[in-house]
Amino acid sequence: MVDQIMAYISTELLKDPTRQIREDEPLISSGLIDSFGLVDLALFIEDTFGIRIEDVELTSSVFDTTSELAQLISKKLPSSTP
Amino acid sequence: MKTLPQLLQQNLIMDPERITLHLLNTDTKRSISYKELILGASGYCQALMAAGIEKGDVVVIILQHGLDLMYAFWGCILLGAVPSIMPFLTEKLSPESYRKSLTSLISVTKPAAIITYPEFMPEVRIAIQAEAGVRALLNSAQVAPLSELNLEALPGLTCSPQELALLQHSSGTTGLQKGVALSHQAVLHQIESYAEAIRMTCADTVISWLPLYHDMGLIAGFVMPILLRSPLVLMSPFDWVRAPYKLLQAVTEYQGTLSWLPNFAYNFCAKKIRERDLEGVDLASWRAVINCSEPMRWQSHQMFLERFAPYGLKPSALATCYAMAENVFAVTQGGLLEPVRVDEVDPGAFQSGRAVNNSENHRSIKMLSAGRPIGNTEVRVLTEGRIDAPERHIGEIAIRSNCMLTGYYNREDLTEKAFFQGWYLTGDLGYLADGELYVTGRKKEIIIVGGKNIYPQDLEELASEVPGVHPGRVVAFGIFNADIGTEDICITLETDRTAAEERRQIAALVRDHVTRNSDIAVRYVEVVDRAWLIKTSSGKIARNANRDKFLRLRFPGEAETVETKAR
Repeated sequence: MVDQIMAYISTELLKDPTRQIREDEPLISSGLIDSFGLVDLALFIEDTFGIRIEDVELTSSVFDTTSELAQLISKKLPSSTP
Repeated sequence: MKTLPQLLQQNLIMDPERITLHLLNTDTKRSISYKELILGASGYCQALMAAGIEKGDVVVIILQHGLDLMYAFWGCILLGAVPSIMPFLTEKLSPESYRKSLTSLISVTKPAAIITYPEFMPEVRIAIQAEAGVRALLNSAQVAPLSELNLEALPGLTCSPQELALLQHSSGTTGLQKGVALSHQAVLHQIESYAEAIRMTCADTVISWLPLYHDMGLIAGFVMPILLRSPLVLMSPFDWVRAPYKLLQAVTEYQGTLSWLPNFAYNFCAKKIRERDLEGVDLASWRAVINCSEPMRWQSHQMFLERFAPYGLKPSALATCYAMAENVFAVTQGGLLEPVRVDEVDPGAFQSGRAVNNSENHRSIKMLSAGRPIGNTEVRVLTEGRIDAPERHIGEIAIRSNCMLTGYYNREDLTEKAFFQGWYLTGDLGYLADGELYVTGRKKEIIIVGGKNIYPQDLEELASEVPGVHPGRVVAFGIFNADIGTEDICITLETDRTAAEERRQIAALVRDHVTRNSDIAVRYVEVVDRAWLIKTSSGKIARNANRDKFLRLRFPGEAETVETKAR
């Protein structure tokens, strides 16, 4: 899951597939992803994982790194999903 | 001729309980009457007076989008002081960079007072150390609305129409050193002419998410509706960008009639709003959605219309406007009385500076008209030799009006350079056809991202600070991205380092450093060899030539289409 998110960020948002993103790298507070990119990321996650991200969750106080984002997604996934 | 405080007073006397402002926060709503607005503003007026601030003094306001910002702004107006709203620090900006911006602003504008939050005061104190001129640092937490009106005590009521009403800045080190100074007369002339052009009355309701430090947000989305007694529904730009559907829901709930949007917002709304958030949305009341503040695209209007026509959006609501802070706001207005004209021009002739109408060519460029000049405003298109360009010939747009800036504040040098025989040289390129203006590009080297003016030299200077980057061998430019309806920022830089890993690191550092220290996020960072960048004959880096070279490198084969898009 984390890999999928990272690949999306580096390829689609940063337009640089060679860019490595660390699991603990701040995405929002650092400005690496701007507000518009954040909305794209949310749409990607909703479509890919079939969950719903609320707009109030698009803030660094809810998630700021890919690992925190993965945790947020896992919590939202139906418990039957492995 | 009246002044801003006199008009506000008149609105109060007419109907003190009338709601002027609905302020929407993430999960709260507040409706403010004229009486409440003036009581809140009077609190700031009194606090400023107590701090020794007088009529004519400049007051910099550093507050987040909210009631305090609005009260502080009108408080300055009621005092006859000259407010200037500075964008608030965003999470990603490094404090050092914000301090640098603040110092930039203060060093030229030399404000008498600064209003901010208590927690931000230490930051401001550091920035103002070198400037003896700042007499007061006002803590917004200690200012409360007055409980009783005392209109006689408001010094602003005695302002003359020629005195300055406010200052507007654009962003970045360069922009903050160039404050557009506007008189009461200029602001009210603009409102009079513009309201007539769009037939705006107190029966209109304005819905806006625009920031107040920008001319479109400050004039069209704040001062004008409040002075014209048109109810204003205001949300924060930070809320809107996370939840663009809230704009449409607000139009539905408040029967909104007018909104102004930068071009990218049409794409953003059309593409990023989920169907589930449009339930119950009805846009039938929206009589004008006015595209303004960055190049306007026919495709953006189309995608907006296609997406929202099923929700009641009328094709006639799509409108255009050419505006600039130097004219307070609007220069021309398109749409409203008749559909916005679309001029299909031949791409070949366009390259050589002529807009030849040619709808036969399948590659013709669809230009959206910016419409006709509003009242008391004249527009010319000048050749390089500064004579009137023939119809359909591209040249520099020059304007003259009764609402022009008084000058760039404390920058007589820039003011003088900006005018030619009484005409303001806009630095924008365009052509006239059948009395309508088409804006085609820019002579000045500014990147416009999401309606924000960005000076490339600020970004280049930042990139040059990164180790490994050859100082001065950096170029920043914008590339139009048709998907998002605005420009992507690209930085191309030279380095002596040859190892791929090292170059990747430099790219990452430049992206990070520029993002943390400017108002934008960088989309592309291209690391190239020494002597890759093209220089002009005078030895300066040629931004446009390097942009074309970058496009050929990055999008080989597509260069032609990308270049067409880039224009």
